[in-house]
Amino acid sequence: MATIFIDQERHTARDGENLLQECLALGYDLPYFCWHPALGSVGACRQCAIKQFKDEHDTRGKIVMACMTAVREGARISIHDAEASAFRASVIEWLMINHPHDCPVCDEGGECHLQDMTVMTRHVYRRYRGRKRTFRNQDLGPFVNHEMNRCIQCYRCVRFYRDYAGGRDLDAHALRNHVYFGRHADGVLESEFSGNLVEVCPTGVFTDKTLKRHYTRKWDLQSAPSICVHCALGCNTVPGARQGTLRRIHNRYNGAVNGYFLCDRGRYGYEFVNAPTRIRTPLMRRQRGEALRAATRQEVLAQWRALVDRGAKPIGIGSPRASLEANFALRTLVGAQRFHLGVSDAEHTLLESALALLRESPARVASLREAEGADAVLVLGEDVTNTAPMLALALRQSVRQTHMKIATKLHIPHWDDAAVREAAGSAKAPLFVAAPIATKLDEVATRVFHDAPDEVARLGFAVAGAIEGRKAHRVPDTSDATQALADEIAQALVAAERPLIVSGCGSQSVELLRAAASVAAALCAKGHSAQITFALPECNSGGLALIEGKRLGAAIEALRNGDADTLIVLENDLYRRAGQAAIDALFESAHQVVVIDHTASATSARADIVLPAGTFAESDGTLVNNEGRAQRYFQVFVPNGDVQGSWRWARDLLAAADRGREGDWANLDAIIGACAAAIPALAQIVNAAPGAGFRLAGQKIAREPPRYSGRTALYANVNVHEVQVPADPDSPLAYSMEGYPGEPPPPLIPWFWAPGWNSVQSVNKFQAEIGGALRGGDPGVRLIEPAGADGGAHFDTVPQRFAPRVGAWLLIPLHHIFGSEELSALAPGVRELAPQPYVALNPDDADMLGLAAGELACVDLDPAPCRLLVTRRADLRRGMAGVPVLPWLHFAALPAFAKITKAEASRVEAE
Amino acid sequence: MWSSIRTAWTIFLHMFRRRVTIQYPEEKPYIPPRWRGRIILSRDPDGGERCVACYLCAVACPVDCISLQATEDEHGRRYPEFFRINFSRCIFCGYCEEACPTYAIQLTNDFEMGEYDRQNLVYEKEDLLIDGPGKYPEYNFYRVAGLAIGGKDKGEAENEAPPVDLKRLLP
Ligand code: SF4
Ligand code: SF4
Ligand code: SF4
Ligand code: SF4
Ligand code: FES
Repeated sequence: MATIFIDQERHTARDGENLLQECLALGYDLPYFCWHPALGSVGACRQCAIKQFKDEHDTRGKIVMACMTAVREGARISIHDAEASAFRASVIEWLMINHPHDCPVCDEGGECHLQDMTVMTRHVYRRYRGRKRTFRNQDLGPFVNHEMNRCIQCYRCVRFYRDYAGGRDLDAHALRNHVYFGRHADGVLESEFSGNLVEVCPTGVFTDKTLKRHYTRKWDLQSAPSICVHCALGCNTVPGARQGTLRRIHNRYNGAVNGYFLCDRGRYGYEFVNAPTRIRTPLMRRQRGEALRAATRQEVLAQWRALVDRGAKPIGIGSPRASLEANFALRTLVGAQRFHLGVSDAEHTLLESALALLRESPARVASLREAEGADAVLVLGEDVTNTAPMLALALRQSVRQTHMKIATKLHIPHWDDAAVREAAGSAKAPLFVAAPIATKLDEVATRVFHDAPDEVARLGFAVAGAIEGRKAHRVPDTSDATQALADEIAQALVAAERPLIVSGCGSQSVELLRAAASVAAALCAKGHSAQITFALPECNSGGLALIEGKRLGAAIEALRNGDADTLIVLENDLYRRAGQAAIDALFESAHQVVVIDHTASATSARADIVLPAGTFAESDGTLVNNEGRAQRYFQVFVPNGDVQGSWRWARDLLAAADRGREGDWANLDAIIGACAAAIPALAQIVNAAPGAGFRLAGQKIAREPPRYSGRTALYANVNVHEVQVPADPDSPLAYSMEGYPGEPPPPLIPWFWAPGWNSVQSVNKFQAEIGGALRGGDPGVRLIEPAGADGGAHFDTVPQRFAPRVGAWLLIPLHHIFGSEELSALAPGVRELAPQPYVALNPDDADMLGLAAGELACVDLDPAPCRLLVTRRADLRRGMAGVPVLPWLHFAALPAFAKITKAEASRVEAE
Repeated sequence: MWSSIRTAWTIFLHMFRRRVTIQYPEEKPYIPPRWRGRIILSRDPDGGERCVACYLCAVACPVDCISLQATEDEHGRRYPEFFRINFSRCIFCGYCEEACPTYAIQLTNDFEMGEYDRQNLVYEKEDLLIDGPGKYPEYNFYRVAGLAIGGKDKGEAENEAPPVDLKRLLP
């Protein structure tokens, strides 16, 4: 810490940090453009000019860029100095010379950093009367809109896109005052993180294209703190709604999880909430064979009551994409012994193993922030870019840890981005990627290894053995090359201060998880502080594993042998969980099927009673991410009609069966309390966010900004008399613009805004240290902490070498960020970028089968042989084939061996 | 006593002054053009809808009685999909007109809007949109803005240079 003087006032600031950041942290308003807390400083825009004085006698001082000047003990600076202020005002004036007269039709308006900075520097009058430069725009795909005239050449976009996210297809083109930020030609942006341009760009050059279709200004969005439901990382989001539809997703800063960014699946998957596939009313049929018809709430509950009176014996199937509360409510309804997890049997084993391994591991489960800071990483068998996208972004930062080490040695401040990159050159921290097929992370990897999942697991065990150094733990039959690679990896991990082992469920292999745990355990046993992380399949897979329940197979069995006759399915399409025949049989042996879900699926089509559930935006709940962090999401808007949170439906079913006392949950807090009391592993979830009774100065926290407009007109066409604001019994948030005007605690921040800071940059005002934790601590409670004990190594389970078969191929699942996740795949933009069904083959295998790229192969798989287009992938070893994971392709459990032949007909049947 | 007599005298004299009260509605009063009465939406000089659905009037309105939804035509021109004013709430403060960057929303000198049913005071875009430019005959926002719309490409707005040719390498 250093003492500095800002405009004669004494402050303490972090020594060595840049002055801009420290001024902002101290609460000063100092305008800037090119600096970004995650990207560092380059001093390109000259907007953050301040005066620096040599000592207390220096009255003239000199103008310096705050973002490029380090905090030094005794430093004297002035922000309000007349010359510095004039300098900043003229910088804005220059930037504005070519700026179009666009604010009224610009989607950035109202949350535009350029607007804020213009006001802050008091540039109010346009003097330039000459002609403005113009540009043509590009079509950048379904997510990002381009309006190049508004650019102020701050270079943030390319610095994020290229330097931070590793994209290649966006760049600065042309020269002098013609510099153009775009692609070499129109086309879809290739990076999975392109949506962040919307928030990174301080102007309206890059805006959200999906928002544009139902455009709403920031001040008109009703928002609540939420959690992304499109993978298991649990990134924090701010969904904004208006008039009963969800309009967009914005990032919600969480220093331990997603920081400043989101992936495009998380940002643009939200449109499933507005999709025509939504179930909006209760549905029922009196008899099988009848069509489902809309019914009232009373009718469906009466039908349920009649079932109960007839002595129905229900069992329940939960879901990894439903909240803890919803799963717990179903578990209460059917009884813990009759609750099933609702994942495939293979995945059940994976989840159980993953949880057990993490619990017994002496290594700490890494948060995303910790993954960024790892200085050596081994990825075992997981394509993280496609299964846990933000983890891939974090790993891309981890390779820069070497940059930071070099910079420290040379006394270059870590935030001096250009200098650090220049000094470090191409040096990279070790990142080893071992996966069945090439992944996008390979491009930043030190070494890559592509082989069958079992071989990847064997490599993992070999690494663990090499770290341990015990002869007994050498993996038998390892080739010299593999052993050499294992030794190299082991050396790098041992040499690192914060090594990280990454694996996951994507390859559907328990051995991979065990191998990863063994490497972490071996490192810990040697006294290294290793970290581990697993990519789990869905947003609440972790929570479901903690709740525990029976296997899906047990449900099929119970219905078949008559132990049960009624099936209650929670937010789950069972056809994704097992072969079609098995699920068909399941439905046939159930006398009655009740489905609680928000989205129609093949499963809801088989139901006798369908209860309309709320999505994440229309209900509250808790999700446990892959780090074991329980995080609460809050309802954003009140849905129409009978749509309500799944746990409320379970409560209503209990009440209708005269068992209301068991589900006596008056509000969310009550069910969270009951859940925490019933399941010891979840005892801490109560602390994930303040309860409904929480008040600040006696007031709730408003979901609507104070400037929310149209309150007396929005629904005046329906009824000129304003309806009462709906009450929210579940949370300390209110569906209103009235509420506590100050800063809410981090888990309850519904939107970021500060006086003078209307854009996302206002998040600076909510952090204790810029780029660090939110003031009051980052949201969420960790449920899994490292076991102190040794152990966690599993050398007894080294798999056999992969043996290719003649005439059959090991079919492995290949994940796609766009398409593989069920809910986001219903969003039109995501669907547009999802791949066509295909089968990937090694070119030699394809030649052997006489298959050219684009020809049809017949893959003999349960439920029926299907024809798929052939893609030739040299990175796939012979004897293996890959098929995409897509919700509309129902395959039996993968990996599995399947026959592949050349298809006769030229018709794709897979769709 | 004297003051009472003087007051009576003054009142008596008033009988011979010009009368101010008029027989409304048979007789119409003079309303100055800048009167803040019934709100209308105007059109730009070439007949297009002037409102660009920027939401500024809605946010400026102190009683929140304006609401709208922005949409776009196929050439990128923004306009309101619906535009609603609840006149039973409007206080005719004129803030919307002041906030409007396009002169689309204007207050007029018509105040005769009485209704027996409050519901009839909810005006939709059809009720608000007039056929002319209202008080500001000249201004045409889209001719000034940088956004390309049908009939006006990049570089064709006022004071704009033609779009940059990125392939040109000359300094
Ligand atoms: S980028 Fe900001 S300042 Fe520029 S037109 Fe858009 S809202 Fe206005
Ligand atoms: S496009 Fe945006 S982020 Fe990129 S240089 Fe221009 S203003 Fe900056
Ligand atoms: S990484 Fe996962 S949780 Fe994060 S935004 Fe993407 S899909 Fe959502
Ligand atoms: S302020 Fe003017 S242009 Fe903007 S929405 Fe209102 S009427 Fe339309
Ligand atoms: S923020 Fe300091 S020069 Fe751009």
